[in-house]
Amino acid sequence: MAYSNKVIDHYQNPRNVGSLDQNDPQVGTGIVGAPECGDVMKLQIRVDDQGRVTDAKFKTFGCGSAIASSSLATEWVKGRTLEEAEQLKNTEIVKELALPPVKIHCSVLAEDAVRAAIADVRRKQEARTSAGAGAR
Amino acid sequence: MAQKLIYLDNAATTPVDPRVLEVMLPYYRENFGNSASRNHQFGWVAEEATENARKQVAAVINADPKEIIWTSGSTESNNLAILGAARMYADKGRHLVTSLIEHKAVIDPCKFLQSQGYEVTFLQPDNKGRVSVEQVREALRPDTVLVSLMFANNEIGTIHPIPEIGALCHEKGVLFHTDATQAFGKVPVDVEAMQIDLLSMSAHKIYGPKGVGALYVRRKKPRVRLEPVIYGGGHERGMRSGTLNVPGIVGFGEAARIAKEEMPAESKRLAGLRDRMWAGLSEHLTDIARNGDPQHCLPNILNVSFLYVEGESLMMGFSDIAVSSGSACTSASLEPSYVLKNIGLGDDLAHSSIRFSLGRFTTTEEVDYTIKSVVRTVNHLRAMSPLYEMAQAGIDLSKVEWQHH
Repeated sequence: MAYSNKVIDHYQNPRNVGSLDQNDPQVGTGIVGAPECGDVMKLQIRVDDQGRVTDAKFKTFGCGSAIASSSLATEWVKGRTLEEAEQLKNTEIVKELALPPVKIHCSVLAEDAVRAAIADVRRKQEARTSAGAGAR
Repeated sequence: MAQKLIYLDNAATTPVDPRVLEVMLPYYRENFGNSASRNHQFGWVAEEATENARKQVAAVINADPKEIIWTSGSTESNNLAILGAARMYADKGRHLVTSLIEHKAVIDPCKFLQSQGYEVTFLQPDNKGRVSVEQVREALRPDTVLVSLMFANNEIGTIHPIPEIGALCHEKGVLFHTDATQAFGKVPVDVEAMQIDLLSMSAHKIYGPKGVGALYVRRKKPRVRLEPVIYGGGHERGMRSGTLNVPGIVGFGEAARIAKEEMPAESKRLAGLRDRMWAGLSEHLTDIARNGDPQHCLPNILNVSFLYVEGESLMMGFSDIAVSSGSACTSASLEPSYVLKNIGLGDDLAHSSIRFSLGRFTTTEEVDYTIKSVVRTVNHLRAMSPLYEMAQAGIDLSKVEWQHH
């Protein structure tokens, strides 16, 4: 199976590889997939007080398409608000990377990772708000 | 060098040796006769050629030429051996013994027989891929008619204790079939000394053409009879009808002759290259594991698990080197190798495994280049592997609750 040039580019030059501090209250972490399934994605976002994604990082264990999908997802969510980032659809990833049908699950995993990271940072924000309310 | 493709997938198939192609060509041109045409020169020439090839193939395994049945390849040979013996000896019993790491061309006919009321015992090999004689002995029953165990495994190269199993089978009066597709022409095989009754071979694994194979069928002590799978003109002692693929068979014969002649030096050379590859990888990488049994292994196969990186992404990193992740027959399915799973590797490790299979045309330079490329790629991928990061942080990956899809 031949990979598209965009997949190869993301594989060779992955954008935003790395990790953010998982315990930082402004960082949301999403880890999806399982080693037995051949794919694990960790995607992290840093969100400022205005609810905008200022940074995104990923690490992925998986095929080239999985690496490219998560790399692309980090590029796309940067600078967006959480509401906008939530709108990210796996089908856009499929289109951009020209993924074949057998690799669509990679894009689904990337979408799930973004959602999981957003959910995580929201949980932290809510916890902070309620903690703040309780202290008053 | 970077532009040239390196072929390290010789367990999948091999290129036709130029010497083999040379002897085949006349049988496409002037010597195009049907070897079954008994009444003219064209037929005689063709028959002489196939009979000569029969001698050449028989010589590799110490068989009588009359015991060689031409087929289209090992898949057909395996089907003929298993289905043919099971049907011929159904009155004697309907139980077969095989293993969980056989090629699909053995497993699937066995499964078909199960659907027809036969019983099949699938032995579990040890974590190096070996089935023991004791396991076979325990599996035998009064109604067992056939034991089918591969000579050497296609993914990990492990060689079963064939002579011991052959002796046991003969002692118990059970037929012994071995799929020697990977071993034939690579390591010594002797159907007499090893007491083998049926043996599958293929030309394209030993620098012969695709679409040609053979089945050795013992004629004496015991005389093995098979119900055909393909019926027709009664060729090949009635066991395999169909006009012979004369050029292919001629090529198979020549490939067998060369393999036999060069085996002592070539197997040493290949084992040296394989060990060089493993030493080079081990020197530069941590967290890698060799799969199979280094004590009982084909000289040309090296199967390695690269922890924390996924096999397909690994192969993508050295796209100028052809290797295999699991069996070539199943790699399109994206399922991890059942062979690796059945020798006890977790799915995660099976996903991280690469088979390097060296061949006659593999050079030291290619091995060294491959080591460099693999090391570079593994490091590139580990830098972006969440599993590697977690393992470095001391997290036990087996205890993590993953979100399965």
